[in-house]
Amino acid sequence: MYETSDLRKGLKIQIDGQPYTVIQADFVKPGKGQAFTRTRLRNMTNGNVIDRTYKSGERLEPASLEERQLQYLYAEGDMRVFMDTTNYEQVQLSDDLLGESKLYLLDGVMVDVLFFDERPIGVTPPIFVELQVAETEPGFKGDTSGGTTKPARMQTGLKVDVPLFINQGETLKIDTRTGEYVERVKK
Amino acid sequence: MTARLRERAAIVRSVRSYFHAAGFLEVETPSIVPCPGLDVHLDAFEVPGQGWLITSPELQMKRLVAAGLREIFQICRCFRKGERGHLHEPEFTMVEWYRSGAGSQEVMADTEQLVAEACRALRDGSTRYHGGRGSIDLAPPWPTLTVEDAFGQFARVSLADVLNDEERFYRTLVDTIEPELGRDRPVFLTHWPASMASLARLHPGGIFADRFEAYVDGVELCNGFAELTDPLEQRARFEIDRRKRATMGKPVYPIDERFMAALNEGLDPCGGNALGIDRLVMLLTGERHIENVVAIPASRL
Repeated sequence: MYETSDLRKGLKIQIDGQPYTVIQADFVKPGKGQAFTRTRLRNMTNGNVIDRTYKSGERLEPASLEERQLQYLYAEGDMRVFMDTTNYEQVQLSDDLLGESKLYLLDGVMVDVLFFDERPIGVTPPIFVELQVAETEPGFKGDTSGGTTKPARMQTGLKVDVPLFINQGETLKIDTRTGEYVERVKK
Repeated sequence: MTARLRERAAIVRSVRSYFHAAGFLEVETPSIVPCPGLDVHLDAFEVPGQGWLITSPELQMKRLVAAGLREIFQICRCFRKGERGHLHEPEFTMVEWYRSGAGSQEVMADTEQLVAEACRALRDGSTRYHGGRGSIDLAPPWPTLTVEDAFGQFARVSLADVLNDEERFYRTLVDTIEPELGRDRPVFLTHWPASMASLARLHPGGIFADRFEAYVDGVELCNGFAELTDPLEQRARFEIDRRKRATMGKPVYPIDERFMAALNEGLDPCGGNALGIDRLVMLLTGERHIENVVAIPASRL
């Protein structure tokens, strides 16, 4: 069990059988009065945001989440198919649930899939992925200073600001935590 | 950061000069005490073998008033265990003062004047400042609002509905009332329920305490009252708080018998207030997190 003093951004708790991630937690207390922690929580299965105020000392149930490494296979309509390479079992996740992480999925890549109650509810991509540039303005030869940037669209649809010298078809290392360009990968 | 610390120093200097000009004596009382005060919702840090760190200097300062120092103030560190957030640090700075022969009216007047003066000192003579939600004029006099009227205006429940349910009272206060208080002018929230009187005198009739808090831009700035001077009633309240603490599984601190002795010898009617310096600096500089106005917050020790 968690206590209210554990409440901070990123903590995952369970309310009425639903998993929530804490997006904001504030300690509030009238000087002579009872203390509370005011939270804003996002439902991890449908994205709904709710506000809850907990009395200090209240106990909170941790969300019963399990992470398994699965291989991403392919997209089918607005669903994505993953496979457990140990038993060849397949699971599907909708683009809605995947959110931004769908922009880092490349066929065959291994990702951490988050399960709640045996149901897949999200994906944590590797911290760095290598993606190919699908579209960008032609690069300026010799300009490797990296002082300014231009927009580029990657093969997965992800939009990234890249240095001016980057060309279409090149492979880039991207930080999935920030969605930012890290470096060009020579292939 | 250095700019904030300069502003903080200017505010502290202004507060201090307000009290010196008003004829108050600056005092210092101990930080380590054998009896840290029995407020049900305040927890003290224990100093093993010696006692506790003060949660406020109230008991010691009232002993000085009882001993004949009529107008005193102190700027000191207070310590409250388990309090950390955008408005709370476990160790923070308080200005606390007492005025003999006065009630809450006089102390409220001190409050609005010293806040307005601190603002003028920082903003080239202006009492206007831009809060999180627009411009606020700090010029005295500040309006008052009773707790009962605040429930009537801002909450969906009446004070009577929640009077017997302390948790609901405070939940309503922090969730729906506090954010509305002091939006374009500061406000004194007065007439607290007698059960939340703390060390305040009751108004005639015994239903409400002569206690007030000032709110600016949704933030509680201070807590003051006309002091309870009756030793019998004070002891009875301490005993109630001790029982409540025991039921809540909290440490039950001893009753400060030297404070009780001071009340027995006679404390003239007086008013007092405790105002958070860190929050005053936050308000006047527009900072939304207390960590941005202290030199080294607890999280970076």
